[in-house]
Amino acid sequence: MIFDPTIITDHLGDIGQGFMITLGTWSAGVALGLTLGMLIAVAQLFGNSLVRAPLRAFIEMIRSTPFLVQLFLVYYGGPSFGLNLDPIPAGILGLGIYGSVYFAEIFRSGFQSVARGQLEAADCLGITRLQCITRIQIPQMLVIILPALVNLITILCKETAVLSIITIPELTMVLTGIGSETFAFVETLLVLCIGYLLLVEACSRLGMLLEVRVGRFMQKQPR
Amino acid sequence: MSNFHSTPTAAPHSSVLNESGEAMKTSKTLSDNSEPMLKLHNVGKSFGNLRVLKGIDLQVRHSEVVCLIGPSGSGKSTLLRSMAFLEEYDEGEIYIEGQLLGWVPENGKGRKRAPQSQINQVRRNVGMVFQQFNLWPHMTALGNVSEALLRVRKLSADDARQRAMAMLDKVGLAHKAAAYPAQLSGGQQQRVAIARALAMEPHIMLFDEPTSALDPELVGEVLQVMKTLAKEGMTMVVVTHEMGFAAQVADSVVFLDQGQVVAQGTPHEIFHNAEQPRLQQFLQNYLDRNAFWQDTKEVSPV
Repeated sequence: MIFDPTIITDHLGDIGQGFMITLGTWSAGVALGLTLGMLIAVAQLFGNSLVRAPLRAFIEMIRSTPFLVQLFLVYYGGPSFGLNLDPIPAGILGLGIYGSVYFAEIFRSGFQSVARGQLEAADCLGITRLQCITRIQIPQMLVIILPALVNLITILCKETAVLSIITIPELTMVLTGIGSETFAFVETLLVLCIGYLLLVEACSRLGMLLEVRVGRFMQKQPR
Repeated sequence: MSNFHSTPTAAPHSSVLNESGEAMKTSKTLSDNSEPMLKLHNVGKSFGNLRVLKGIDLQVRHSEVVCLIGPSGSGKSTLLRSMAFLEEYDEGEIYIEGQLLGWVPENGKGRKRAPQSQINQVRRNVGMVFQQFNLWPHMTALGNVSEALLRVRKLSADDARQRAMAMLDKVGLAHKAAAYPAQLSGGQQQRVAIARALAMEPHIMLFDEPTSALDPELVGEVLQVMKTLAKEGMTMVVVTHEMGFAAQVADSVVFLDQGQVVAQGTPHEIFHNAEQPRLQQFLQNYLDRNAFWQDTKEVSPV
């Protein structure tokens, strides 16, 4: 096997830019997905059936279609219903919507994990439902759902590769492009793998640090 | 720290000392002519086809301590929870200091659930203590007590902290302010829960089997805090299996069975002159359970 490092070093600028675009679309998509997911979960738990039924349909629709098709629908189909987005915003929106339904399911199970009695105690003290969510339910459920959240976030990292289909110059597009120009597939694909590995590994490490942080109160011994 | 002395006190004891050491005059008749703190009229509640409360009438006067006793499934917890509207009672009325709890009239046809803000307004002077403590495990003892002071009473951080520390001190746990619930014993957790309720300066305290989840040797410390509260003139409704506590502290004992008040009276009337066969049978269980240290043939647990 011939490994020619100059293929990579010659294109460092492009690769770096692709890496940053992957990181950017991933972060923005995750942020959007978390926000939408939380809204969906809260609406499902506390809304009436008029709110819940369409949400249920939306969740089923997103869960049972491929991400690639959803992305096409947002980017190429969008203009038909007045949604004219540049590739990157369209990609972030698609990633956010795709992630949101899975995040919503994780949040829903998280909300249900907090014992009812704790909410009754809050209720008796006059604490509002919204304060209950932000002050009592979310901090506690994080301990339980954080591994699942990190897992989904790393999956979304790898899903950003699909964004190359709608002409976003992210890591996969840049490196496969270099590969087809130079026929140096081994070098480019290896670097591509290392790129995703770095992102996912950093995310997992961050998740583990957070897990310790949010679970501090469960320690039996005082610090 | 004078929250509990500011109200006209009418503890059922001849004379008690307040914290500054002076004797307070106490009298049971002080507030008899005023409106009851808590008034239940014909309260009923059904879970599906099962009618668990069947027309309960009850009045709790200022500074009165009422103990609800009865076998499990008798409806005593449901009744207590209704008094904080944690259960939607569906017949009759509950008045807290004269205000109807939980319902508003609906034009023409009966009534509907009151808006949450109005429910909170009516029960703002009701404190609740639960069998399972229900502390928030991600907050320290201090955090648990100060949370509602900060978010509901909107006190400044300093004021909330000060008041919360005073409450923890009152239940003897100021030194545990920084501990999380998981680091406290059951008895300590329940005392923090009592402090959390007291911090809101309630006029009425409801206790739902506050010692039932505790190891026997931890029951005493919680009962001691409750006795102190009673002496200070707090109006209390207590669902309990601690007959000794009921006998010593209650002004009135209510025996519930199958959703009805079967007997009601002073501890003496209930524990020494029980006439209803169901009540006699219920009390006999306690006698049998505590018989191991009795040499003589005692007929009463008190």
